Amino acid sequence: MYDIEVENVTKRFGDFCAVDRLSFTVEHGEVFGLLGPNGAGKSTLIRMLTTLLPPTSGTARILGWDILRSANQVRSAIGVIPQAMTSDLDLSAEENMGIFAKLYGIRREERRRAIKELLGAVDLGQWADKPVKLFSGGMRRRLEVARGLVHHPRVLFLDEPTTGLDPVSRVAVWEMLSRLRRQRDLTILATTHYMDEADKLCDRVAIVDHGKLVALDSPLKLKASIPGRNILEVSFSAVPQGWTETLKALPEVAEVKAEDHIFRISSHNGPRTTIELIAAARTAAIAVTSLSVQSTTLDDVFLHYTGHQLRDSLQTPTAYTSAFMYERK
Amino acid sequence: MNRILAIIERDLRRFRRSPTLIVVSMILPLVQLVVLGYAFGGKVKHLLVGVVDQDHGLPAVRLQALARAVAANALTFTTIPYGDQTRALRDLRDGKINAVLNIPPQFSRKVLAGANPRIALVEDNTDQFSASTLEATFNQMLGPYNQKAPPPRLSANATLAVVEIYPYVPYIQYLLSGTIVLAVFVSAMIGGGIIYIDDKARGLHEGYLVTPITKFELILGFNLAGAARAIIAGLVLVTFGSLIAGIPDPFNPARLARLLVLVVATALALISMMFLFMVRVSDPLVPRATFGVLNTLLFFPSGAVYPINAFPAWMKVITVMDPFTYAVHGFKELILKNTGLLAISSDLAFLAAFTVGAMAAATLLFRRTL
Repeated sequence: MYDIEVENVTKRFGDFCAVDRLSFTVEHGEVFGLLGPNGAGKSTLIRMLTTLLPPTSGTARILGWDILRSANQVRSAIGVIPQAMTSDLDLSAEENMGIFAKLYGIRREERRRAIKELLGAVDLGQWADKPVKLFSGGMRRRLEVARGLVHHPRVLFLDEPTTGLDPVSRVAVWEMLSRLRRQRDLTILATTHYMDEADKLCDRVAIVDHGKLVALDSPLKLKASIPGRNILEVSFSAVPQGWTETLKALPEVAEVKAEDHIFRISSHNGPRTTIELIAAARTAAIAVTSLSVQSTTLDDVFLHYTGHQLRDSLQTPTAYTSAFMYERK
Repeated sequence: MNRILAIIERDLRRFRRSPTLIVVSMILPLVQLVVLGYAFGGKVKHLLVGVVDQDHGLPAVRLQALARAVAANALTFTTIPYGDQTRALRDLRDGKINAVLNIPPQFSRKVLAGANPRIALVEDNTDQFSASTLEATFNQMLGPYNQKAPPPRLSANATLAVVEIYPYVPYIQYLLSGTIVLAVFVSAMIGGGIIYIDDKARGLHEGYLVTPITKFELILGFNLAGAARAIIAGLVLVTFGSLIAGIPDPFNPARLARLLVLVVATALALISMMFLFMVRVSDPLVPRATFGVLNTLLFFPSGAVYPINAFPAWMKVITVMDPFTYAVHGFKELILKNTGLLAISSDLAFLAAFTVGAMAAATLLFRRTL
């Protein structure tokens, strides 16, 4: 049995299809990443899997519980960290955790123990009694994660957990998630539009665009699946006649672009092309003045499968966008 | 039960840490009590009445002397003699005076002949309160003026003796009942309307919806949390409002206990009504925009500021359905008449039935999903 099973799930808002017949499974203990631009349908999918939105068609099961027929069992078994930071700013970290522990019906002694342990696990133990309004964005996000784990869920859903955080806080959040996953034997499904995060931390990544699943595999296999895995940027002490053609003739080279005196070479095998390139320069009696080799990233994968970069898109207006609402700092 | 208590705990902790909110929800109705109570409760005084004597006879002089005596004692008006009727009327139209008392030529002759003597009171009727006060005062003044001889010791005419069973009730005390209900309403509007929708818009409710809490537990939790705040506001108003309005024996424990029962019933009715109105709303502007309309629609037809017997038929329909009406009536009974709970049992029954109905409807309409 899989921890998460999604079968042909579709969600329509009027004529707009936010999620279009998505199907995938997540194994126990996996960190599964949903990668896509804003408006791709990631959050809608998470909201369906966490029983916040009913699907228009299709079904999904969490730990074998159907999200529609056994919604309460699903709710008891999952932890949810929504995109918006929803902790009460006027309450302390401890109080925020306590309220949610009570909502899950956890008894007093267990509640006290779990709150202390979790706040320690997310490095907020010393700030437990401080109001959340004094916390930085990273601290608040760590508190949200701790809050989502207060009832010992087996599956954790995170909707863009690092959006809006500075690079240091992002790394801290993901390190904490990796640690908690190991300690608590969690299955994690997280959405993100940060390619580097998905690359480093997810066991498997599903690329979603316009509500459709366009690719699904481990980051390594996804990167291997596209042509031209390495980009070489190289410059020489001199450029002999017909040098571009010479470079194109090197083994494993897919494409060569010259810009001033810098050559960008797409290669199917970066290391081999590099060795041959240096040999060719020596034969032509010129020196290599600079050389860099870049690996294929998930950005390249995304570009390959969707035909475009991550981009912004229009979204349906919500109460968040009301002129009256103020931004929570 | 723990889940319901968690919702109440969350709201009360937030409420306790928002002193501005507490002040606004409680001080505003108190200010309104003082301002409205004294603005409408006093007698009209120091109106300016121009007197034009075109007769100059002895009865006319006697009439003016009587008017000056009333002016000196009751201070309802001050007389200003005019030699010219045209100038007096011009000053009246210009708003310099409030009325012109015109004693026409031949007035004295007609008085002495008993031939239907008449004087005229030309008044600025754009201000109905001042106009009716002057009319009543001058009519009252003409009674003794017309008295030819001292009245007999034993009158042959039937007379009416008025007995007031309660001490004199100043308007500020009359207004207190409505003000307490208004404070509870303001608190319900803030808790059950504005904060509820703001929390929803910020995604705070998502936190509740992903837990195994039921629809009924959520609605009951929201209602009780809002009611707890409204009860606090109501009790503050009962205490301070009674002191400000000069209610006798304001801290009598039995009386306070009866008032607490009515405050609780009122708070539950108003907060459940507010949740029913807001259960499908998601735009934070809606509760703010409807606040004034709801306030007017519910407060004024309730008899809080004016007797409901004076309302037109269509307004009485609102009055019958309005929970404010029953709450205001109950508070008037308890505060002004110091009655027991039995006297307001029908009010309590209506408020309880209204609470149950509104909560049931809100639970049916509440969406467990986004």
